[in-house]
Amino acid sequence: MHIDWAALGQVFGVSLVVTVGLVGLFTVGIVGVSRKPAAEGAPATTPTAPAAGARAGALAAFALCAAAVAYGIYLIVAA
Amino acid sequence: MEHITLLIGIVIVTALVFDFTNGFHDTANAMATTISTGALRPKTAVAMSAGLNLVGAFLSVEVAKTISGGIIDESSGIRPEVIFAGLVGAIIWNLLTWLAGLPSSSSHALFGGLIGATLVSVGTHGVHGQAVVMKVLIPAVAAPFVAGLASMAATRLTYRLARTRAEADTAKGYRAGQIASAALVSLAHGTNDAQKTMGVITLALITGGVVAPHSDPPMWVIASAGLAIALGTYLGGWRIIRTMGKGITDIQPPQGFAAQTGAAATILASSHLGFALSTTQVCSGAVMGSGLGRKGGVVRWSTAGRMVVAWGLTLPAAGLVSAGAAFLADQGTWGVTAVAVSALAIGGGIWAASRRKPVDHTNVNDGPAAEPAGVVTTALQTVAPPPAGPVASPASAPTAAKAVVAPTHPDPVVAPIHPDPVAAPTHPDPAQSPARPAAATS
Repeated sequence: MHIDWAALGQVFGVSLVVTVGLVGLFTVGIVGVSRKPAAEGAPATTPTAPAAGARAGALAAFALCAAAVAYGIYLIVAA
Repeated sequence: MEHITLLIGIVIVTALVFDFTNGFHDTANAMATTISTGALRPKTAVAMSAGLNLVGAFLSVEVAKTISGGIIDESSGIRPEVIFAGLVGAIIWNLLTWLAGLPSSSSHALFGGLIGATLVSVGTHGVHGQAVVMKVLIPAVAAPFVAGLASMAATRLTYRLARTRAEADTAKGYRAGQIASAALVSLAHGTNDAQKTMGVITLALITGGVVAPHSDPPMWVIASAGLAIALGTYLGGWRIIRTMGKGITDIQPPQGFAAQTGAAATILASSHLGFALSTTQVCSGAVMGSGLGRKGGVVRWSTAGRMVVAWGLTLPAAGLVSAGAAFLADQGTWGVTAVAVSALAIGGGIWAASRRKPVDHTNVNDGPAAEPAGVVTTALQTVAPPPAGPVASPASAPTAAKAVVAPTHPDPVVAPIHPDPVAAPTHPDPAQSPARPAAATS
């Protein structure tokens, strides 16, 4: 009985890396566009808006995620 | 087309019925977490999934060419009766698991049905044993682990990265990500599973000499298969959606996002790398993994266990039904008629049984609440101390009602680590008090 361990391992590795990578990237994006929590001691009602740099980084992260989705659609269509 | 005999007509209709059951069985894969986290309203979710399944059906015909994926030797004398019997077994198993609310693989049901029917009608040489192991058994065992571990790691990561942010701020983002991942799963499902039906119909047409061997499925086959799977998806297997979205674990938006992304990535990676994993097992595994990945998250192993049992039974059970059906159908016209009539009767019976406790888009998110909590579970929940720290902070607000929602089955292992710090110790509902000798085993 020949079991294709290489293919299984490959599927496992790629799935893990892609999932963690995409989820991480997307979370970075979410964190980037959401308000920072109020600093210690400051009134809790005044969270600060995200900085411009964080916002740009978030947009880049979202763009990469969109590219991954596009590649996913490409894989489905080309399969 | 003028040469389509009555038998081939029956096979085509049966194949479309199977396609339909496939659709409503597998809606849960794409949409269960989306519905249970509230990212999309139930009706919107199934409508979107149905549309994408329909689109997916038209995208490619590559899978359709191999039909049974090399599991059945299609040149060994497969006749329309055999295909018919295989489909009947697959449909009946799909309906039974739907009634029980268990996600099981429609592809495995189809494979099992075809194998059983082939064994009876053609003999052992009609089935490639090695292909069964490689394409069904190993992927079935591997899929939940691959997708589960990926989702678990992703869930941990996303909670860690977003721990400084307010839940209200991130909810919208998670929702969008979850919808995108669910859309990919739906699209991939349409391409894969609608094509299986197209393959079956094309195989029937070939065996009947209506179309030439090795030809692509005709357009009307593609269109009808796409429509059947979309209709099934739209009607929604709400029972299975409930099990996957609420029964296995309580899913928060970040978990839903991680699970759905893990499922989409695993499905696409596996099919692209030539080691196709079953969508159902991937998605169930991803949901379990996301349950394990959240601090204080709980996987209801009793539900998960029943699901795994259903996976193990799918191939032999569908095979057994199909073997019986093939034996009858081989007896001639009356046999085929008998199979068709009894299949209709069984299907009708299962539908009637489902009406006694209907689950639809209005109560799909009620979770296992409909069933009374077990005595042991309730007792343990009552005495269990609330978990220290705000581990389940995203959970506390929406789960006030969930204190009453106990796991479907009394599971003493699960109860003490109930994630809900607010509601666990105080039961608002006196009916749930442990003193009440409730129907413990439902």
